Amino acid sequence: MSETMILIGGRSSSQGTSLCAGKLGTEYVEVSSTLEMNVEDMARLGLKDNDRVRVRSATGEIVVRCKGRAAKDLPSGLLFIAYGPLSSALMDGDTAGSGMPLSKNIEVQIEPVA
Amino acid sequence: MSANTRVVRNATCTFCGCVCDDMHLTVDDDTHKIVKAENACVLGRAWFKEHGIEQRPQALIEGREASTEEAIEAAARILADARFPMIYGLSDTTCEAQRQAVAIADMIGGNIDTTTSVCHGPSGMAFQAVGESTATLGEIRNRADLVIFWGGNPAESHPRLFTRYSVTAKGMYIPNGKKDRTVVLVDVRRTPSAAVADIFVQVKPRRDFEVLWALRALVKGRHVDPAIDQLTGVPLATLEDLAARMKACRFGALMFGMGLSMTRGRHFNSGALLALASDLNQYTHFVAKPVRGHGNVTGADNVVSWQTGFPFGVNMSRGYPRFSPGEFTTVDVLSRGEADAALIVAADPGSNFPQAAIDHLRRIPVIVLDPKETHTSRLAKVAITTSTYGINVGGTVYRMDDVPITLRPALPSPYPSDESVLKRIRERVGELIGGKRIPAMERIGVAA
Repeated sequence: MSETMILIGGRSSSQGTSLCAGKLGTEYVEVSSTLEMNVEDMARLGLKDNDRVRVRSATGEIVVRCKGRAAKDLPSGLLFIAYGPLSSALMDGDTAGSGMPLSKNIEVQIEPVA
Repeated sequence: MSANTRVVRNATCTFCGCVCDDMHLTVDDDTHKIVKAENACVLGRAWFKEHGIEQRPQALIEGREASTEEAIEAAARILADARFPMIYGLSDTTCEAQRQAVAIADMIGGNIDTTTSVCHGPSGMAFQAVGESTATLGEIRNRADLVIFWGGNPAESHPRLFTRYSVTAKGMYIPNGKKDRTVVLVDVRRTPSAAVADIFVQVKPRRDFEVLWALRALVKGRHVDPAIDQLTGVPLATLEDLAARMKACRFGALMFGMGLSMTRGRHFNSGALLALASDLNQYTHFVAKPVRGHGNVTGADNVVSWQTGFPFGVNMSRGYPRFSPGEFTTVDVLSRGEADAALIVAADPGSNFPQAAIDHLRRIPVIVLDPKETHTSRLAKVAITTSTYGINVGGTVYRMDDVPITLRPALPSPYPSDESVLKRIRERVGELIGGKRIPAMERIGVAA
């Protein structure tokens, strides 16, 4: 079962601190491969913390681990991932003449990975 | 910590665009590390802790260890032989290094772009279209009684923006700090920044432009359809209240993040916010500032602007600068497979760019200058280890409000600065091509 959701890429404290240690370090890799998700959406999809999910955009596809966030912090249908190579893999190279690829509010399909 | 320590006072943190210049650093000269960073935020502490002297090769050429001199020679030959060389990055290095990079682009008729193009580049386009009612962070600290953060999460990305300048900071006309200000956060999700906000306005994703445009209408006393609630997720009454607060404040500041520039609408979103700030100056004093990410991304805008006339996305192939976002911005140049060589300074497009752009980087010779191993240095033909600006080398950086700040390095490094490596590359390229590359101009003359 897959659902269409909106993915926001962004910064976080742990992304920033682990970035200083290096993007090839274990902590940065872990931080940037964790998908935050509304807990009610997770329950509907039969997911719990640390389960693997496939995230597919028009451009690319990644598999990450999910982590629940309360509905007051992350509305249903929204996803958050810290910037990193995985979030970049979902970005389109077309910048619509601006130079800026869309890296926030990307429409994605999400489904549990068995 | 050994007994061999010393304190460097009033050093500068270059992790983010706040460029806090009140760091008191304790340096351990035995372990070659900074063991304490007084006044630093959580990001600053990590920045100083993780930038001790590492044992890395001076340079790598196709994965083989080499001297800096050998790598400079290899880099110069790549750039001299290229027909469409591009230079990118530059936001985490000094203005002095940025100047050398622009000079190289000028000499070889190359493309020069900075990480601004994937940061607030759209806001830069909006500045050109709409203008900018601006202020320094000091003015905001001392005067702003209404601060609106829009599409950003400074609590996690710029923690001291709150404490030093815009929320809890006490100022000349804001003697009680937070008690004298109203703080508003507008975002699509409730981030940790909401904790400092008196008012949190949650907007539906991709609807910032509509909210900003409605606020412009309300500020001017125009009618707004109550159906705006269904469209944007923000009730009309909330917008009316916000518009009234904006008009009634003594000094308002809109501080906006990449929640506007990196989503649908891009420069139109930033332009709408800048226009709203301009409109409000009919009623009170209002300013707008983009919250900038990298430590010297603002310097990159300034240096590239004062040397070429444009802030980013500049091409020199005709012998004079041309500015064209979407054409000469790096994601586009790479995704279309155009460049045939790349010089990347203090940036990691191999991690941050769309796959099509990364794929092209793998096809062309890439030169990287960086203190750390990165995704980009791993795919580079020539990777040169350089020292870290602000920690190992001095120079000038620009804070996010365009205030230049002189760096005070704390820890000597065995690695050269970006500036010195770029200067030597520039000199060697000049020798190889016999001065500035003008043939591009001649070809155009023949074609005409």
